[in-house]
Amino acid sequence: MIGPFLGVLFDGIAYGMLLFLLSVGLSVTLGMMNFVNLAHCAFAMVGGYTTVTLMHVFGWPFVWTLPMAFLTAAAVSVIFERTLYRPLYRASELDQVLLTIGIAFVSVAVAAWFFGTVQQPIQMPPYLRGSVSAFGISFGVYRLFLIAVALAIALLLIVTLEFTRFGATVRASVDNQRMARGLGIDVDRTFAITFALGSGLAGLGGALAIEIVGLDPSFAFTYLVYVLIVVAVGGLGSIGGSLIAATLIGISDVAGKYYVPETGAFLIYLVMIVVLMWRPAGLFARR
Amino acid sequence: MAMTASTPSTDPHAWLRRQTRWHPVEIAFWLATLLPFFLFPNYLVLASQIAITALFALSLDLILGYAGIVSLGHAAFFGLGAYASGILSKHGWGEPLTGLLFGAAVAGIVGYATSFIIARFRHLTLIMLTLGFGLLLFELANKAHWLTGGADGLQGVKIWPIFGRIQFDLWGYTAYSYALIVLFVLFLVCRRLIHSPFGLALRGIRENSVRMPAIGAPSAAHIRKIYTISAAIAGVAGALLTQTTETVALEVLSFARSADTAVMLVLGGAGMLYGGLIGSIIFMIARDQFSGIAPQYWYFWIGILLIVVVMFLPNGILGGLSTLLARWRKP
Amino acid sequence: MTLALSTQGVDKSFGSLVVARDIAISLPQGERYALIGPNGAGKTTLINLMTGMLRPDGGRIFLGDEDITALPPAERVRLGLVRTFQINTLFPQLTALESVTLAVCERIGQAGVWWRGLPSERAAVDEAYEILKSLRLAAVCNRPTRELAYGQQRLLEIALALATRPKVLLLDEPAAGVPKDESTELFNAIAGLSKDIAILFIENDMNVVFRFASRIIVMVGGRILVEGTPAEISSDPRVREVYLGKAHHG
Repeated sequence: MIGPFLGVLFDGIAYGMLLFLLSVGLSVTLGMMNFVNLAHCAFAMVGGYTTVTLMHVFGWPFVWTLPMAFLTAAAVSVIFERTLYRPLYRASELDQVLLTIGIAFVSVAVAAWFFGTVQQPIQMPPYLRGSVSAFGISFGVYRLFLIAVALAIALLLIVTLEFTRFGATVRASVDNQRMARGLGIDVDRTFAITFALGSGLAGLGGALAIEIVGLDPSFAFTYLVYVLIVVAVGGLGSIGGSLIAATLIGISDVAGKYYVPETGAFLIYLVMIVVLMWRPAGLFARR
Repeated sequence: MAMTASTPSTDPHAWLRRQTRWHPVEIAFWLATLLPFFLFPNYLVLASQIAITALFALSLDLILGYAGIVSLGHAAFFGLGAYASGILSKHGWGEPLTGLLFGAAVAGIVGYATSFIIARFRHLTLIMLTLGFGLLLFELANKAHWLTGGADGLQGVKIWPIFGRIQFDLWGYTAYSYALIVLFVLFLVCRRLIHSPFGLALRGIRENSVRMPAIGAPSAAHIRKIYTISAAIAGVAGALLTQTTETVALEVLSFARSADTAVMLVLGGAGMLYGGLIGSIIFMIARDQFSGIAPQYWYFWIGILLIVVVMFLPNGILGGLSTLLARWRKP
Repeated sequence: MTLALSTQGVDKSFGSLVVARDIAISLPQGERYALIGPNGAGKTTLINLMTGMLRPDGGRIFLGDEDITALPPAERVRLGLVRTFQINTLFPQLTALESVTLAVCERIGQAGVWWRGLPSERAAVDEAYEILKSLRLAAVCNRPTRELAYGQQRLLEIALALATRPKVLLLDEPAAGVPKDESTELFNAIAGLSKDIAILFIENDMNVVFRFASRIIVMVGGRILVEGTPAEISSDPRVREVYLGKAHHG
């Protein structure tokens, strides 16, 4: 009884870490600019396909592709930010929603054009395969690796945000954009950097996700819903909130599918609606 | 009287009446909807689908174009209407007009219940809530196999002849006539609504939601009302689809349907009454013509179109046309 | 003397920033009071508190004898407490006539009517037109608000408020951004309003304040510094120090 329970808990945490990487960037940029970016998971997909291409075409080892997944997603996002997003920062949310859905649609088609609609399997290096046993349960090595990477990044982000000058400008911009501008902070530039970082993290998440949930062109929409739920529950602009929310949702999703498979995603949607109605700014909102 | 001093150009009553008058282009548009009977008799099934989609887009326009409520889950009400009338008919009552009313009632009641939540929120929270409700209902219908048939779709829908006489035929002659009449009647209702004091209040909410309470307007009550009306009309559209196709697929509740309809509305021009109609005609004909290509490539063009409309045509095709016309009139 | 609007001990702070401290104001029926004070004194915040756009941390607000502290903004408007905005808060795509007709319809409870065309609301349209005419906006009544000149938009702010038939009118810098000559004209229009309406207005131009206000309330740092007749205020040394001194030399 306890064995499966701990196994589910472990898988749930690993899944939650993945959701954290995918959503933390959106949480911060949404908190800062109120820009509704529904193409966020398209940037994650860019990271995923970067890893696939580097491994299959150029024979890179998996771990080395991860920084490239980050960089490519960040670079692509900067291009979009400069050209399409910037003119719409003060536009209505409908315009933002439509533009970014449009970009997500295009990304799905482009991915299907280059890679087909099939799943992209990748071969993990030997040291990330298999599992280790402890307390009578076996832990997947890859999932341990994923959790370690995500926690390290979370720590890095929190330290950056709390203790560096750049972090201070980001926090000021999220808390009160007008006041930050008044203090002479270049909010637009801060936003552009944060946006690139956030998209890069999503790209990294997309690459790390392949082994767990697979990769096909529908990724841009399938995980968007989960990412939005994490953002909504975690609260805008809160890294700790995103981490907790992602873990909770990861665990409840895995547990729900294991114990009550007949409810499907129903439970998660219900949780999101209830949380939004109870605390519209999220459970762990900065504001 | 107040009008003694007013010149014709500032006469308030004459100007307001002129806004509500039927424009010749409008009459031409509705006459043109009869053309498929004569010119494209092989495409009447498609034409009926377009009329149904146009009605759904019209219902979305009421909340999105007029009241400024961004919804990504409006298919919930379309689907409710579709399933309600389908399940009613499956259980032995296939009379079409009462089926439409039943679909409208079910969607309207759920719309009224959720409107209390909708009216309390704005911005991102509102978008997420509408999305959440839509997804929730989709999952419910998916899991409630015993009631809806789940992913296999609802089978066994039998629709009786209209007024007990007019049979639905294979060529869509009845289907298109029926859908077109329902669309036209509900269009008249919507047209009257947006030219009414209530329609003015809705435009007020869209134009400036901060000012509304400062003139004593109960914005939340207005929003609840239009959300309920819009849900009921969406329910009629869903019921029409059920009745003309005699089946209900899970797709009626899908996010794609909500998104597609928003695309049609914005493409045609939101908040202009005809925007949704024009948008759905173009969208549906294009999809039919390009049905040979894989769906993911179809969405490539939809994506490009969305980006172009948002960046360059903020009021859609109709908005662009009227700007052009205005420029041409005063050179 | 019957009071049109009064507050007792109204407090409000955002975190450690106190924006209103123990505010007590009594505005008698039909009077014209001015509310002055340096930037950031909390004048607009006070209007937001009185109209319900902000919730006070403590204290009570009365309209006539009725305690309105807990009422939502729209309810207060229906009872007769109405404001205008310092920054134009209008309906850009509606015409001036449509905007004012909307406000009239909301007042007479016709704004929920969806089965009858707007032209059938003859009485409401006539009333709206009369209001626009009285503010010299009749000639542009069928133009969209965004096409009106800035000064006309300021007048439309007042027209919208009048359409609700206010008992108390709170004008937040009605002439903000209006050139000096037009501003006198605007205040003449305000002075010509019915004596049934009590008016509290925020204004920075001391000439205008002394000319149109029967009494003046001076706010500094979220508190009421002093209240009195124009003569009392102009000779009060504290006011000179914190406000007039700066205003006259700056």
